[in-house]
Amino acid sequence: MENKRTCLYDKHVALGALISPFGGFDMPIQYTNIVDEHQAVRQACGVFDVSHMGEVLIQGKDAERYVNHIFTNDVRNMPVGKILYGMMCYEHGGVVDDLLVYKKGEDSFFLVINASNIDKDWAWIQQQAAGFDVVLEHQSDQYGELAIQGPEAERVMEEVLGLACSELTFYTFKEIGKVIVSRTGYTGEDGFEVYADGAYINECWDKLMASGRCKPCGLGCRDTLRFEVGLPLYGDELSEDITPIMAGLGIFVKLDKDEFIGKEALAKQKAEGAPKKLVGIELADKAIPRHGYTVLKDGQQVGEVTTGYHTISTDKSVCMALVDASCAALGTELEIQIRKKTFPGTVCKKKFYEKHYKK
Amino acid sequence: MAKVLEGLYYSESHEYVKVEGNIGYVGITDYAQHALGNVVYVDMPDVDDEVTAGEEFGAVESVKAASDLISPVSGVVVEVNEALEDEPELINADAYENWIIKVELSDAGELDNLMDAKTYSEFCKE
Repeated sequence: MENKRTCLYDKHVALGALISPFGGFDMPIQYTNIVDEHQAVRQACGVFDVSHMGEVLIQGKDAERYVNHIFTNDVRNMPVGKILYGMMCYEHGGVVDDLLVYKKGEDSFFLVINASNIDKDWAWIQQQAAGFDVVLEHQSDQYGELAIQGPEAERVMEEVLGLACSELTFYTFKEIGKVIVSRTGYTGEDGFEVYADGAYINECWDKLMASGRCKPCGLGCRDTLRFEVGLPLYGDELSEDITPIMAGLGIFVKLDKDEFIGKEALAKQKAEGAPKKLVGIELADKAIPRHGYTVLKDGQQVGEVTTGYHTISTDKSVCMALVDASCAALGTELEIQIRKKTFPGTVCKKKFYEKHYKK
Repeated sequence: MAKVLEGLYYSESHEYVKVEGNIGYVGITDYAQHALGNVVYVDMPDVDDEVTAGEEFGAVESVKAASDLISPVSGVVVEVNEALEDEPELINADAYENWIIKVELSDAGELDNLMDAKTYSEFCKE
């Protein structure tokens, strides 16, 4: 099947971007190189085309009760204009997807889901809605999305795009006509995401490029940036087999809610302790642990690497790995199989670099 | 446009050999370093290890991925480029100047299986 293209595809090609398939789309991986783009976001400002992300609107009398039924976080008492992160889980506690929920009105919630899961999520969301008075609308084709990220992002938003956003606090949004502007991102830096139709997204992109104040950034550095600050990627750190409890994301699972899909399994796992846990591992050597590599303890396999890099911001070979709970304590000595050799590593915190959010 | 040097031998997996007497300097091509992006680690064999034409002898790691090194020739490793241990990015600066291993060739006839500069340039355009 032919990959989809975002509304900015031709502009990526014109900039000479390296294009690769991701989540069913042909996406820019890098324009110049990952290191320069990563540093631009850490030090100044970068813009990402994230139009591949999916959007679903849930409205109706039972919208709040329905979202709370499929979502691990709690949307009750949430003010309009607020955003929550959380997961949709299966009954067994595994994850359908991780997502953002924007509360647009008392009976109106906007869900932002991963590109690679759009079809699965949409089917899931429709399936679970029986018996709820809700209207579901799949809006992925109506929205393009830009992520403007970095310490300079606020000034770039206001001065280049004319989008006043200084009053927005972390994880809040506002609607300007049909445009949604939120103080969110996936880089560990301050930043914003803008959802709008393709024409408006193109207009913004052109202004940003013309300003010279914002570097175009590809999905390559999006992954190195999120990894350094310990943010999960569905498919690596979360999956049908990796629950939010295993991934250390229990604070986004509100077990005090009356009910939600997966509650029983997750409550049980939390009480009994997860069999596997997501940890950070730092290597002494420069060799790089990659997704799928085996983690060993005294020569026995105890887990697998989920994501690994030689970090750009801190110059260390580190990874996140899912390991047996008995090996998850900070300071535990483990080994990682990298091609023909094993390299010693030590369990450390998953956050390899401090976040710089503006709260 | 990737740089291709005259007088070297090239493999389809984008390694080169520069031959001096019975010694071959093996590295990755400019095309390969460009495709990989920022090189952050080079996994090299040890001196005295044997390498075999067509077989893996190490890896070059960019930020985003590990890429196997396939030896274009057979022989014994007589030297590894230790400068790459601390400065793997030298490969991005000049892939031909910064060879990875020096091999004592066991069969100079194998060079006939490799591409010359002109053929390799065409190969990269495909």
